Amino acid sequence: MKYLNEYRDAGLVKNLARKIREITTRKWVIMEICGGQTHTIMKYGLEEILPAELIIVHGPGCPVCVTSLEMIDKAIQISRRENVILTSFGDMLRVPGSKEDLLSVKAAGADVRMVYSPMDALSLAEKNPDKKVVFFAIGFETTAPANAMSVKEAKRRGISNFSILSSHVLVPPAIEAILSSKNTRVQGFLAAGHVCTVMGYEEYLPLAEKFRVPIVVTGFEPVDILEGIYLAVKQLEEDRFEVENQYSRVVRKEGNIPAQKLLKDVFVTIDRKWRGIGTIPQSGYGLNPVYADYDAEKLFDVSGLNLMESPDCIAGEVLQGLKKPYDCQLFGKNCSPEHPVGAPMVSSEGACAAYYRYGKKILQHNS
Amino acid sequence: MCLAVPGKVISIDDGNPKGPKMAKCDFAGVIQNICIDWLPEIKVGEYVMVHVGFALNKIDEEDAEETIRLLRQMGDLPE
Repeated sequence: MKYLNEYRDAGLVKNLARKIREITTRKWVIMEICGGQTHTIMKYGLEEILPAELIIVHGPGCPVCVTSLEMIDKAIQISRRENVILTSFGDMLRVPGSKEDLLSVKAAGADVRMVYSPMDALSLAEKNPDKKVVFFAIGFETTAPANAMSVKEAKRRGISNFSILSSHVLVPPAIEAILSSKNTRVQGFLAAGHVCTVMGYEEYLPLAEKFRVPIVVTGFEPVDILEGIYLAVKQLEEDRFEVENQYSRVVRKEGNIPAQKLLKDVFVTIDRKWRGIGTIPQSGYGLNPVYADYDAEKLFDVSGLNLMESPDCIAGEVLQGLKKPYDCQLFGKNCSPEHPVGAPMVSSEGACAAYYRYGKKILQHNS
Repeated sequence: MCLAVPGKVISIDDGNPKGPKMAKCDFAGVIQNICIDWLPEIKVGEYVMVHVGFALNKIDEEDAEETIRLLRQMGDLPE
């Protein structure tokens, strides 16, 4: 497939790994933000061809993993109401809330459906005027414009039985929270390429400056990731802290302006609770009050939930790059993709699930 | 979650002038309807990155080829 195969070229991967080895003189800790990038790193075993001095830690960029327990329990409560069809992306349905997940609620009789796009949920509402269709809208800045479009279209087409449960999260405040933590060990970032496709990368300039960290906007194929790591290490070795764009074939500095306009129209920036991390100020999107008729949190009374995570799960530390999945006593024993305790074990993009699926050889080797 | 797939725009729909602009897109032989509302300038034959049915941006062909060429050149340099 054009624009995929050439970025999986084994020769280029080897060249880049060699170049990284040549310029690395000491230990550096680099975090990739996006779960899609975590998946690529584990699937292609990229850590194994990097120099031992380089430590790659995996960030909170898996929306399924950082959606709070409260939000999942709200979705579950809504799905149990009469005449409701609750829809979301496939991964979200498997994430455990405080007691159960959406798929088990479906098994018990609730109408819970998986959709590929928020527009499919909107079509479902159009075809079922006697039902209330709720879309559990998760995602980072990449997905937010699509979800915004479903709300805008519902209004334009007069579809009044459609609403969204907005659980959107934003990348720059998460980077700021990680770097502001006293325990942080992250020295450089690979920024999420598709988030920047929408938002551009100007908002990362003050972060690089304030925390003196290189931030490299990076794509998703093995060649992209290694080139991103190469550029980040080069900056670290040369004591530079700039925002660079590895993914220039897709990402423009200003991002996609029409998509950003849509976001400004439909959403407002709000404080958001991240699973395992806590509340990060101004780190999420809620619906603009102008669209209150499409806000499931307002339409269904689901407030007052406050829940506790499993005390043994270290998801929060994994998502902040403080620990690796193998450091968890539950990993591969009480917690597996079939029976996840923490959310990073659920999504294939979660760090724990990626380690479980692709990292068994490393585990055996190390033990 | 933020997965996006490259595809080639093969036709642009006339559709409803008030609704979002749509197109047909070829993903290595699989044809899908996608929304191109945020890329008003996109033309048939161009490549786009598509996420949950929405084209996020055009792929800059020249830039893509240049990157690969530079990376190959980097590998050829003497040690």
